[in-house]
Amino acid sequence: MLRRDFVKYAAAAGLSILPVGRGAFAMRNPDGAQKKLVVVFMRGAVDGLNVVVPYTEQAYYEVRPTIAIPRPGAANGALDLDGRFGLHPALASIMPMWNEKSLAFIHASGSPDETRSHFEAQDYMESGTPGQRRTQDGWMNRLLASLPGAHSPTQAVSFGPTLPRILSGRASVANMALGASAARPLPSDRAELQPLFARMYAGDDALSRAYREGDEAHKKLMGDLKADMMEADNGAPPAEAAAKNAGQIARLMRDDRSIQLAFFAVGGWDTHVNEGSSEGQLANHLKPLGEGLATLARGLGPVYDDTVILVISEFGRTVHENGSGGTDHGHGNAMWVMGGPVAGGKVYGAWPGLGESELHEGRDLAITTDFRAGIGAVLGDHMGLDAAALSRVFPGAAPDGANVAGLVRT
Amino acid sequence: MQDARLAAHLANRIAFGPSPGDIEHIRELGLEGYLDEQLDPDALPLPPQLVDQLRTYPTLDQDSMTLLVEYGPIFKRAETGKLSKQDIETIKKSARQIVVEAAEARLAHAVMSPRQLNETMVEFWANHFNIFAGKGLDLYWPGTYEREAIRPHALGNFRDLLLATAKHPAMLFYLDNWQNTAPDSPGARGRFKGLNENYAREVMELHTLGVDGGYTQADVIALARILTGWSFLPRGGRALMVKLGMERASELPNFSFDESRHDEGTKVLLGRSFEADGLAEGEAALTMLARHPATARHISWKLAQYYVEDRPDPALVAAMAKTFEKTDGDIPSVLRTLFTSARFRDPAVRGAKFKTPHRYVVSAVRASGRTPRNMLALLGTLRQLGQTPFGCQTPDGYKCTEDAWLNPDAMTRRIAFGIALGAGRLPLDSPPPPLDDRAAIMREFKTAATNKTAEALDPERLIATLGVAPGAATRSAIDDAPPKMKAGIVLGSPEFMMC
Repeated sequence: MLRRDFVKYAAAAGLSILPVGRGAFAMRNPDGAQKKLVVVFMRGAVDGLNVVVPYTEQAYYEVRPTIAIPRPGAANGALDLDGRFGLHPALASIMPMWNEKSLAFIHASGSPDETRSHFEAQDYMESGTPGQRRTQDGWMNRLLASLPGAHSPTQAVSFGPTLPRILSGRASVANMALGASAARPLPSDRAELQPLFARMYAGDDALSRAYREGDEAHKKLMGDLKADMMEADNGAPPAEAAAKNAGQIARLMRDDRSIQLAFFAVGGWDTHVNEGSSEGQLANHLKPLGEGLATLARGLGPVYDDTVILVISEFGRTVHENGSGGTDHGHGNAMWVMGGPVAGGKVYGAWPGLGESELHEGRDLAITTDFRAGIGAVLGDHMGLDAAALSRVFPGAAPDGANVAGLVRT
Repeated sequence: MQDARLAAHLANRIAFGPSPGDIEHIRELGLEGYLDEQLDPDALPLPPQLVDQLRTYPTLDQDSMTLLVEYGPIFKRAETGKLSKQDIETIKKSARQIVVEAAEARLAHAVMSPRQLNETMVEFWANHFNIFAGKGLDLYWPGTYEREAIRPHALGNFRDLLLATAKHPAMLFYLDNWQNTAPDSPGARGRFKGLNENYAREVMELHTLGVDGGYTQADVIALARILTGWSFLPRGGRALMVKLGMERASELPNFSFDESRHDEGTKVLLGRSFEADGLAEGEAALTMLARHPATARHISWKLAQYYVEDRPDPALVAAMAKTFEKTDGDIPSVLRTLFTSARFRDPAVRGAKFKTPHRYVVSAVRASGRTPRNMLALLGTLRQLGQTPFGCQTPDGYKCTEDAWLNPDAMTRRIAFGIALGAGRLPLDSPPPPLDDRAAIMREFKTAATNKTAEALDPERLIATLGVAPGAATRSAIDDAPPKMKAGIVLGSPEFMMC
């Protein structure tokens, strides 16, 4: 219904938001089963060793005297995953997904680039081309362009104030702020202004395209979000914001099946100082994120069966704790993979060990699985990309998928 | 100056866009005259409206330690022992006022100050040496950081600016150097146990050499060792504050070098050997970084990107870097090279840079000629658009490029803001809410528009202020718009999105 209205509007206004060569909008089956991907970026480099805890490694406890998570069974201990790794106890809210086998981790994964700069590493993980600074677009944008069929203005949605690198590029992406303000009418929604702005932004330049796409997405999301539903989010305390926002994302994705790719970022993981152990700074950030993911999984309802949620971070942190009760920038990390299609209940990857000689540059968790192998498995087996499309999303990469074989149920 | 378009270009780039009368003023002075005027900001008096506005911010002229004492938990904790959750919330709420005041003051300066080059430089340098008010104690210091470290050197010498930021508690806390300690030193105990390389890395990657500046992980560690002991409170500072009492606690210095935590070994940074020499050693190392050719290139490139174009012209960057090296980092000289270059004046770059959210909002209010008393609509809009002052979490600061800011949602929100401002529906003149409520209001900011609070702007006056006639499509949209919406069309037009 909404889509028909939109097509009508676009036709009446004499403009097309469709990039050339993408096929006709109305030909797509709006309610057809669609594979969906949600990417959550933990900006600031989360300490993966305290998220998926290698509790059988004595070295882990030796080099982390104050911040190690106690073994399962001990007070405030890790939640046992597989007899070898345990989950941070602040993430108890996602244990049900582990138990029902729709949650997996890929340990000792990450970007092969050596950089320990947040910005460079985030940039590489978002461009999907480690070491290549000149890449202009993000891998999710290239993924969007590679998906078959016609495209809708809300096929890819970034939730947050600004469009992130990972989704920037030539294919158009909707961007919406989260929270209570998202669905309110704007002063520019007055009907008599619409044709005037359409006239000023009628060209094929970047500004005009952005305006038109923003206008369409705004109208569409305004229709999708009932203002009364939004009132519930008013005044939510900040600590619960992630969980509340996740609920909003879930409702949108459940009700608007045209949303196929979604992205949001969560910050606060750069724990150089006072990281804490089972309780403390890291725990305080993990808890709302875990609750948010659980809300997202539940809120998606039947759509969860067609959705994979990837939780990634730019690099891991030093194996040793530093002099300030924290950890510094490191290398390998754990990727989280969640969703109905995931063959979960398993920690994937090849564990390199924490012995002195096993560490990357003598200080960091080594990387045995390229992040593009993990994501590639999801794009191939879940999103249905063939080898040619995969090589467009991750150009120049031929990561070895052996460590993640069977990650997605096929 | 004959060319009104060049005058508009100068106002759009050297300033945050023209206010009423600016185009005429610039045409009268010419490029050189305008540059001379702007490079001597102290000779330009602040207008009384701005001075009055700044007087409404009680924390604005207090120093860092006073703010920590008056708004922080130290004395409360000394009185009552362990603080309850409630106590901490109360303390945080009153402390958030400091950030709001600092952010509002920044916007007030940007909108109303005639020292526009100085204000664009303050934005640039505060962003280049970014701190985040949401991190711990930096809640207390965004304003003092800007006033003590950034403003005095915004049009000064780069080395002085670098050292002022390096020694400011806001930076020492933000990038953790205050805890950076030689592991085997006598002072290595408690929270001061070991090396923290966070600041050492960022100062080379972001503040000076740039990521391609030729340093290695070994250099990061060497610089971290050189900077051990750079901190802001002397050992036992909290206890000392309590002992001095509320009245005299502010006598504590902003910066303190803790010899007992300093690394006494020899370090090799970028091939140069540094013998243990206390505080002087770090000053020498930072001076070396400030004078490094890679720094000259990196800073010149960033300035050219900010003032000229997203992908700066290599020849211009090289010319600026040459001036930078020749003048030992004299910022006005580098700016003069930039603004008098052929590339800066090239008609091809005029109106071709997409405004950042900050520049869009500030330039719109400047063009309106209105004197804002209540900044909440501006801050709330900037929050929605993702660029509040002191709100960038990561040390690389906000980007200033089209790639970073042009997106569909941003266009929708900018236009909504422009329409509301044009129609006189922003509450710029209404009395602002109490200071300690503003942070919460800003967080929940819902929409730019309120009921009508002022007359709609006159579209023809607005166009005259901007100095450049709109293109045909915009002109016809203005002509067809309802009278009260015409100015909003100007502010929402493609032309006004660019500078």
